[in-house]
Order: sequence, then C-alpha cells, then structure tokens
Amino acid sequence: MNTQQHTVSRRDFIRISAFAGGGLVLGFKLFSSCGPQQEAGVIYELNAFVKIDTNGEVTLMNPNPEIGQGVKTALPMLVAEELDVDWQDVKVEQAGLDTGKYRRQIAGGSGSVRDSWESFRKAGATARQMLINAAAATWDVAPGDCTTEKGQVIHHDSGRKLGYGELVERAATLEVPEDVPVKPIASFAIIGQWIPNVDNSAIVTGQYKYGIDTKREGMRYAALVRPPAFGQTLKAYDDTETLQQQGVERVLRIDNKIAVLGRSTWEVMQGAKKIKAEWEDGEQMESTADYQRKFREIVARRPAGDPQRKDGDVQQAYNNAAKVFEAVYEAPFLAHNTMEPMNFYADVRADGVELYGPIQTPERTRATVAKLVDVPEEKVTVMMTRMGGGFGRRLMSDFVEEAALVSKTAGVPVNLIWSREDDMGGGYYRPMCTYRYKAAVDADGRLIAWQHQSVGTTGNPARAGSFPAGAVPNLQVDAQEYKTPVTTAPWRGPIHNFIAFSEQSFFDEVAHAIGKDPVTFRLEVLEQAKQQPAGELEYDPDRFAGVIKKAAAMAGWGTPKGPNIFQGVAAQYSFNSYVAQVAEVEKRDDGKLKIKRIYCAVDCGIVVNKSGAENVVEGGIIDGIGHAMYPELTLTRGKPDQLNFNTYRMIRMAEVPEIEIQFIESDIDPTGLGEPGLPPAGPAVANAAYAATGVRLRTQPFVKSGLFA
Amino acid sequence: MATIQLTVNRKAYEVDVDPQMPLLWVLRDVIGLTGTKFGCGIAQCGACTVHIDDAAVRSCAIPVESAANQSITTIEGLSADGSHPVQRAWEQIDVPQCGYCQAGQIMTAVALLKKNPNPTDEAINESMTNICRCGTYNRIKKAIKLAAEGA
Repeated sequence: MNTQQHTVSRRDFIRISAFAGGGLVLGFKLFSSCGPQQEAGVIYELNAFVKIDTNGEVTLMNPNPEIGQGVKTALPMLVAEELDVDWQDVKVEQAGLDTGKYRRQIAGGSGSVRDSWESFRKAGATARQMLINAAAATWDVAPGDCTTEKGQVIHHDSGRKLGYGELVERAATLEVPEDVPVKPIASFAIIGQWIPNVDNSAIVTGQYKYGIDTKREGMRYAALVRPPAFGQTLKAYDDTETLQQQGVERVLRIDNKIAVLGRSTWEVMQGAKKIKAEWEDGEQMESTADYQRKFREIVARRPAGDPQRKDGDVQQAYNNAAKVFEAVYEAPFLAHNTMEPMNFYADVRADGVELYGPIQTPERTRATVAKLVDVPEEKVTVMMTRMGGGFGRRLMSDFVEEAALVSKTAGVPVNLIWSREDDMGGGYYRPMCTYRYKAAVDADGRLIAWQHQSVGTTGNPARAGSFPAGAVPNLQVDAQEYKTPVTTAPWRGPIHNFIAFSEQSFFDEVAHAIGKDPVTFRLEVLEQAKQQPAGELEYDPDRFAGVIKKAAAMAGWGTPKGPNIFQGVAAQYSFNSYVAQVAEVEKRDDGKLKIKRIYCAVDCGIVVNKSGAENVVEGGIIDGIGHAMYPELTLTRGKPDQLNFNTYRMIRMAEVPEIEIQFIESDIDPTGLGEPGLPPAGPAVANAAYAATGVRLRTQPFVKSGLFA
Repeated sequence: MATIQLTVNRKAYEVDVDPQMPLLWVLRDVIGLTGTKFGCGIAQCGACTVHIDDAAVRSCAIPVESAANQSITTIEGLSADGSHPVQRAWEQIDVPQCGYCQAGQIMTAVALLKKNPNPTDEAINESMTNICRCGTYNRIKKAIKLAAEGA
C-alpha cells in the first residue's frame, strides 16, 4: 500500500522538461510498506514512468490500456532498456488516466509502441542520468566518469558502486537533465528479447481482477434490457415478474433501455429476461438480404460522390487494354466478441465520478461521461483494467455511459455487466460491405488499370492508398456509405480486414487469368511502383517486396510439400507494417480442404518483444482465418439472428493450422503490430483454395462454400 | 432459496441461494472466487471451466444444487502459488494475450492430462474446445505438451 507523504518539502518537487509529452512530473515521496515485518522503503517518482524505492525496487508505469496486445510488457521494456535495470527486478504497474502526465493513453490503431518509442526511452535515459548525477555528486567525481549496470551506478576508476535505491533520494532533488541521448540500437539488452507477459502469474492463478470481477462495498450489479432490433424504441414495459425475481432490488428506465439492479449478476440477468417490453419499429427495419441486394445494385454503377482517388483515366485504359477483368466481393457484419463481455464499474456522486474497468479510450470516455452526468471532467477518474480482449469494441464507450447513467439514476455504485447475448446482439459491428473491382492489363501483361467501387454500412470507406495504388497508372476508388440504424465500429484492422481479402484475391484472379505466378506478378507490380510511381505511394515497394519474397522462401513457394498440398499468397501493408503470408491447404481424399499451415513474414521495423510480437501476429493470423472462415452476423428486420456461440461459430483449436512467423531484421523504428497480422490470412487461404479447386471465394464466411472439411 | 453445502478447493462453504443459480455465479458473486470467468452462459466457450472431482465441467450450465457435496476445484485451488506443472508451462511458453479465457483453458488441460498424461495432437484438439478469441491456440498446445513432458 502506498500513501503519499503529507509534508512534501518544496525541494522535493522537481520540474521535468516536456520530454514525456506530459510536461511536468516530479519526484514526490511516497511511502512503500510491504508488510509489518519488512522495513518500509520510500518510493521516489523520478518521472511519470519510473518509481524507485530506497530499498532498490524499481516500478515502471504502463500508461496505455492493455487489451491483450502486449503493451503492458512492451512499453515498460522501452523504459527499462534505457534505465539500465535487470528486467527480472522490475515491477510494472498500470497507470490510470492522467492527461497531466501522459499523452495518447489509448489502445487503437496499432499505435502504442510506434508512438512511445522515442518518449519512453527518453524517460528511462533521463532517469538513469539523474541517478548517475546523484552518484557523481556523492563521490565528487564527474558524471562522465560513471556508468551504470543493472540497477547500479559504477565509478570507472575507483570501481565504487551505489545501487539505484541508495541514490534515488538524492537523484530526486537534482535538476532534470535535458536532451539525454538514448542507446544505440546495437547495445540493446532488453529490447528485442523474448519477454513474457508481466501479468502471467496473476492470470494463470486466477488472481488477476478484470473489470467484470469488480465488487465493492455497497455496489449493485446491473443488467440492461436493450431493444432486440436496431431501430426500435421502447414503448412500455411490465416489470412485475422481474421484481419477483430473488435478488432483484430495483428496475429503472434509462432512456430507451431498462435497468435491473440487484445483488448478483445471475439474478439481475434473470430479472432482465423477465421484463415484458413493447418495442416500436423504426422506419428502416432491414434484413441482411436487403443489404446484399441494395449493395449489389449500388456497386453495379459508380457510387455517388467524388472519387476517393483518381489517377490517370481508367475508362481510357479499358479501351486500350488487352484484357479487362471484373469481380464482386462481399463481407458480412461481424461482432467483436471479446471473451470478457462489456462491463463497467461506475460510481456517480454529485462531488465526483469513479469509472473503473475495461476501456480502450479512457480520455474520450471521461469527457463523454462527464458531460452525460453533468460533473466537471476534473472530478472524473478513470482506471483501466487489463481487458479480456478489445479488437476495437472497447474504443466505444456506450457501456461506460450506460453504467454511469444507471449509477447516477439509482444513486449507488454499479457494475453493469452484459450477457453474451447483449454483447453479440448489441451492435458496433464490423461493417457489412460489397466491393466491385475492375482491372486491365496490356498486351505485355502489365497492370494498367485498377478500379474499386465500394459500398457498405457506416465506417467502410475504401482505403484509397491501398495496394496496388501507386503502382498503376490508371486507378480510381469510389466509396459510398449506406446509412442504417445498425451501429458499426472499428474492428481489428478496420477496412484492412476486408479490403486485403478482396484486393489480394482479385489480384490473384488477374494473375491466374494472364498466366502469371501470383508471387511474381506481385513483385512485378511493386517494381512498377518503384520505377514509375503513379500518384501518391503510401508504402515502400522494397519493404513490401521483401516480406513477399521472405514468405515465399519460407514456404518453398512453387514446390508444395506433396501432391495434395496447394499454396496461396497474400500481403498487406497496414499500420506502417508489411506482412506477407503463404497458406497451404491440403485436399483430402473426399475433396474437402483442410488449412494446414501458414508461413508469415513481417516487417515491423525493430521488434521490441520477441514473444509478444510473435504471439500477437500468430493471434492475428488465427483471428483472420477464423473470421474469414466461420461466422457472420445476419439480421432479420433489424434483429440479429445470432446471439451466442452456438449459432455464431468461432475458430477453435482443431481448426487452427501450424503457423511459422519470421520477422525481417531491421533497425527502422517500430511500427504497428496489433492488427497487421490479420488482413493477409483470409486471402492467403482463399487463394490457396482456388489453387486447389479452381473455385474463387468471393464471399465470407468461406465455410458456406462447402469447400472445406 | 435453499441452503447448499459446497466443497470448493478443499474448503467447506454453506451458501443460501436459488438452487438453480449456476455454479459459476455462486463461485464468483457469492463465494468471491472470480478466477473462473463468464463467457457465454451456455457451455459453449469454456471460460467457466472448473473441476468436479477430476472432470472438467462448464460451471455456467450447472445448477449449484447439482454440485452440492462434491469436490469442486477452481483455478485458485489448482496450486497455492502457481506451481502446478500446467500453470508453469503456461508461463514458460508465455501463452496469454488478454488472458481472460486462460483459467478455463488451464482447467481443461489439467483434466485432460490427468486422464491422458501423454496426449496426441488429436487428443488435445478433441478436449480443448474452449474458445480463445486472441488465438493463443498453438501456444496452448505447446504448453500442454511441455507440461506432459515435465509431469
């Protein structure tokens, strides 16, 4: 337990330059008492990321939300590297939302490591320099004559040593040095190592408290009854049976929903099921079949509005082309299905609000909730728990807003917990969309035109710079949004998760149609981008080609490992990283396909944590295969047809292929990794399926094709 | 309401609850053992897996009354300090991403290894039907094999 010392003298406060983006951070004393028998050390905060106890214990703060992407391990590694401590001796703590100390406390856009790379290392290096300066002052020697090694400062000439714990009190009183250099890449000792997740022991023993596990004195559990179909509004309800449910204490109307409060999760969920509600349909109660039909109509002509991108003239290119190809690709809605359903603890009082739970966007959520419950933002605290998955769902704060409104209305702290049915039926889906492609090649087999016409529910605009943009002289991208009451949200690798499938599959179609090897054709087009870039080029053609060549080499491209093994390739540039994959499928005796193996090459610049990087890319591949293969979220008159895992099929162990991943050695600053592993997996499988069967998969989920075992 | 005697992690509890309340919610909300997780409520995902005697069961679909007077083990009771070979293997392979499903995965794996100390890939696939949304399946398989070797 840490308590801040009440009498902090003026000189204990130190201004720190804005190296950490937060502006001012300081060393104030905090007492650390680990138990009555152990002598309490005093904790000093050298900056927003580094706390050192006078007993020598080093605590590093992770400011970003952890959703399973591994930042709670990777970000403190950046600080530890420069602080020069043994990773084994470091403790990591999650920081709550603190915009005075930290910037960009968000889990989204695969951006945490990218964005922290400079500032976090600088924070570690600056704290280290303060400890060196403190030792130099103690010994009356020049700081330049001292060095550090695993938590100690050493004086070169005399060999004298002092531990960080012995130095921290003095270090905290010294001026904060500016522009402290960071280590050269060649001398990294922690970055690039295989470091396990810092919460592992709490996870494998069941001790880690996720948001859903929150239980406080005076708290009530809450369940909400929501409209069963998108676009419906609540007309009336009868709560007689609900109030007879044991454990249920209150029923409240919250806008268009009904809250049931009580003493246990199950009892309030039972109570919620017993609400008899009358819902009124809205004007737009559409079904999946309606969307499919309308989307096909829209992409058959050019979607409305200005093109997202226009290079050259595609129509003219078609007139001069040797061959022209066209195809339509379709994607269903997908639910995020985090294993930990949406939940949040909220305690809304007139004098302040406590929010505690799983949220990817604490800063935006604080602002939204403050406004909603009419409490000044500075009186709202947000603490992020490790999340049982995010995938983009927890970028939204709808469930936090619900918890806050229920707490405010009921006047008690609540933990609002969604059932799986609430979660799967509750919207914020990956948008449903239809993409139409058209491409042309000249007599030499050169790709001269590429056209992409897309329509989808909110959030699906095409990515105008996506491959092969930049390589093709005539290119046009048009995108149209179709407004519906169905809520959509970013879903791991937004747009990439589908555009990679459609683009990389259609590209494969063209390659096969003109008799070119799919790997060779990709490399040729990337060479076109390099030699004669057309319009803006978002990616580096050499790095892109690098991962394709690597994955092809790993797989032994062109020489499959048996007569019944077929290969497919796909690659995608996303979140500044390059990922290529080769899928191998086996055609069994009954003609059905089984996905055997994925070879994956990644160029994400410097790899910070080997274990975490491999884990999250492997997970991305499995996620990509799983969602391309099995589930779809369909609607009948606005009502989701799938509400749990008995009808919404998730990939399980028996369906998972072997996966081999290699990272390109690099000294380029790290780029995104939480999402980029996913997009190429679906198209690599679809392209392998084509190689095996001659059947082109243009609609997800693939399982509906009947090709797979 | 009924008074029900439970033995959880070798400790006796007497709970006063609706006998139909699933074991999962009695463990979590009444006894306070939150290591066992809620995922689907219909025995599909396995996040709620516990042992009754040595068998892995999905506690979200077991009315508490049918678990009365039996020996229930949860993730908290697997070892005092995370030293069970399966827990150690999970740490060594660095299995977890978000970590939420892992208690259920571990409990399923422990029950499998008790029945079949050296499972083949097929046997592992057959028993390990729990959902991991992060996709740690291949590391789970590796960890099970490591635990099997070490046992």
